[in-house]
Amino acid sequence: MRPAAVRWSVVALTAGLVLAGCAQGTSDDDSSDDGTGGGTAFDPEAELSGELNVMGFGATDEIGQTRLDLASEAIAPAEVSLIEGDLDIQQFLSAVATGEPPELVYANRDQIGTFASRGAIIPLDECIEGEGIDTSMYLEPALEQVTFDGSVYGIPEFNSVQITQANADLLAAAGLTLEDVNGSDWDAVSAANEAMHQGDGGLSVIGYDSKLPEFLPLWAKANGADLLSEDGRTAQLDDPAVLEALEWAVSIYDAQGGFGTVKAYRDSADFFGSGNQFATNVLGAMPMEQWYVNVLNDVSPDAPMAFDTVRDLEGEPLAYASGSAWAIPADSANPEAACRFIKTMTETESWIAAAQARVDLREAEGKPFTGLLTGNAEADAAIQDQFVHPSGDEKWDAAVAATYEANEHTFSLPANPADAEFKTAWQDAVNRVLNGQQEPADALAQAQEEAQAALDEAWATWDEREEG
Amino acid sequence: MARTQVDAPGTLGDDRAARARRMSRRRETRAALLFISPWIIGFLVFTAWPIIYSAYLSLTDYDVINDPNYVGFENYEELFRDPDVGLALSNTFYFTIIQVPLYVIVSLALALLLDKAGRASGFFRTAFFLPKMTPPVAVGILLLLLFNGQSGLINEALGWFGVDGPAWTTDPDWVKPGLILMSLWSVGSSVIILLAALRNVPQELYDSARVDGAGWWKTTMRITVPMISGALFFIFIVNTIAGFQTFTEAYTAYFGSGNTTYSNDAALFYVIYLFRQAFEFLNMGYASAMAWLLFVIIMIFTAIQIKVSRRFVYYEGEQR
Repeated sequence: MRPAAVRWSVVALTAGLVLAGCAQGTSDDDSSDDGTGGGTAFDPEAELSGELNVMGFGATDEIGQTRLDLASEAIAPAEVSLIEGDLDIQQFLSAVATGEPPELVYANRDQIGTFASRGAIIPLDECIEGEGIDTSMYLEPALEQVTFDGSVYGIPEFNSVQITQANADLLAAAGLTLEDVNGSDWDAVSAANEAMHQGDGGLSVIGYDSKLPEFLPLWAKANGADLLSEDGRTAQLDDPAVLEALEWAVSIYDAQGGFGTVKAYRDSADFFGSGNQFATNVLGAMPMEQWYVNVLNDVSPDAPMAFDTVRDLEGEPLAYASGSAWAIPADSANPEAACRFIKTMTETESWIAAAQARVDLREAEGKPFTGLLTGNAEADAAIQDQFVHPSGDEKWDAAVAATYEANEHTFSLPANPADAEFKTAWQDAVNRVLNGQQEPADALAQAQEEAQAALDEAWATWDEREEG
Repeated sequence: MARTQVDAPGTLGDDRAARARRMSRRRETRAALLFISPWIIGFLVFTAWPIIYSAYLSLTDYDVINDPNYVGFENYEELFRDPDVGLALSNTFYFTIIQVPLYVIVSLALALLLDKAGRASGFFRTAFFLPKMTPPVAVGILLLLLFNGQSGLINEALGWFGVDGPAWTTDPDWVKPGLILMSLWSVGSSVIILLAALRNVPQELYDSARVDGAGWWKTTMRITVPMISGALFFIFIVNTIAGFQTFTEAYTAYFGSGNTTYSNDAALFYVIYLFRQAFEFLNMGYASAMAWLLFVIIMIFTAIQIKVSRRFVYYEGEQR
């Protein structure tokens, strides 16, 4: 091979690969005056037209399809077109930057603050007022999660909550009850973990899985602390109650040979199959989102399960909620259709129709309906009332009851403009502790510094923009 | 006898011939430019312009949506204050310094074996190349399965020899070695390149060496390696660049779909940190500055390698 050829190919390769990835499209100055949707007439009686491109939403099941059909009908003759798959933030923001955003976007609720602070989505106050959307029907923590600096930027839907899921046989064999593992007494959970876990040399039964790093906010809240202040401006990661929660949750792993051992064992499990950890009696208990009840019910209906809510140290039910939200991008070409579409997708009647579709499907499959958490309190109550009946199997009924109870006791982290940095800061801190690289206090102190710096910078940019 | 009229130099006929040659060359140049213009346009639009624009972005605060805000060299100053940049660079150097030589040695060893495989060579060539076809994301997931500390195949194999394997995927001391070993999964393409180079080594050189009583080791070190040094250098330099830019497998296994919340600082390579700054935190200006720092680092390493190569690399037909 010629040396010159090698040199030139190296230069071209290096330059191309390293640098090309970072360049982005330039902003388009054709954007509308303020991008807030001002001037748009949101009227429930108005006839709509045009297209409605929805990014990030796929009607992949009967719940989505039923509501999509209703919403499409509500905005007809305007036509809906779905850009399916999880929302690609880069794709979305680039589309906004070039002045050609989708008309509607479906995002995680915790992304709303970031989008709002950068002007990528518009406040929905006029949409809510014009279309007559009753926001009081949405769960308060869900609505708070999409409320940024006093304005609602998203309409929430779905709610994901944790409940305590346990193996009744392992509990019984160790002489324990659900109360020992529902989180209301951390000493009891630690003792239950010691009693149930088995492993000489290698781990063969996980006693209790405290599900770190993702559930630190849950354990901190159970101990009376929030990771972030109510206004979303101040990180509280170095709060002694957070430190105590982290130390306790980590100690659960330490008692079983360390996080590495538990994670390796957890990762090797057939999580979604009939050989899951509960069905094979290799996991005592853990907090887990309610959707896993459906998985267990589908693949291992005879698993020896027991369910309760997760409880705080006062014994009260508690769940760290997450979910999705609808938002209208700045410069959306059809905000009127987007608004009515959102309204129809999230209104009580649509959810009831969707629940009916699921009930029918589950009945046809000979399976019980395990509930549906919509993010709409009114719809949740109606669905529970109309469709949730005793199935004849006590354990699954207990799971549904625990799910609905948890749904009424949720909390969430407030919207803020540096959500990704904030989340990365605390999760990295927990991971450093789990990996044995740092002590909990040092890790949280570092996280506090990083998170606060990111929040300060992001809020300063937002405040400046608001003043300007 | 027929007489051929030949124009003297400097006459009208000579000028005409020269003009015709020039015209012909110009026509050829135009045709060549026309044929390569799609590539040139593609290069200018998709590579040259982004490079220039990223240099500009590196001097701005840019969040993808709002207009870039000029901040001078602030982003570059921040690079030297950000502890994660230092961590990511040290992880990347560690990976590259160990992975590249190991990758070249394993590729060479397999190529030498293949060269002796005779008629079975075709089958093995395909077998070695097949893993290269695996998408890097799948390799990242595969890593988590193969190197699982509790039930992974690697630790199981180590167990046969009485070795208690480490927690490859969680112990910070073993995360990078695991990634390095996993990177050998894709040596197939380098093996093929080296095999082609091996086939070009003149047989007479080996015959002469044998007559002189040289053994396998001496023949390999004194004939084979020098004769394929051009190919070896190519693999070395391309893998060094790839090493500095390593991303997909580590990101998938420790930051992306393999682990949505769990991550490990030991796998925070430079391009992963760059990606997070650009596409998760939307600090596109800072990420652009990071890209330029990486570009400079790679250029320095590449220049050193090219300089050093002049002493060790043999190019057939090269005038020295």
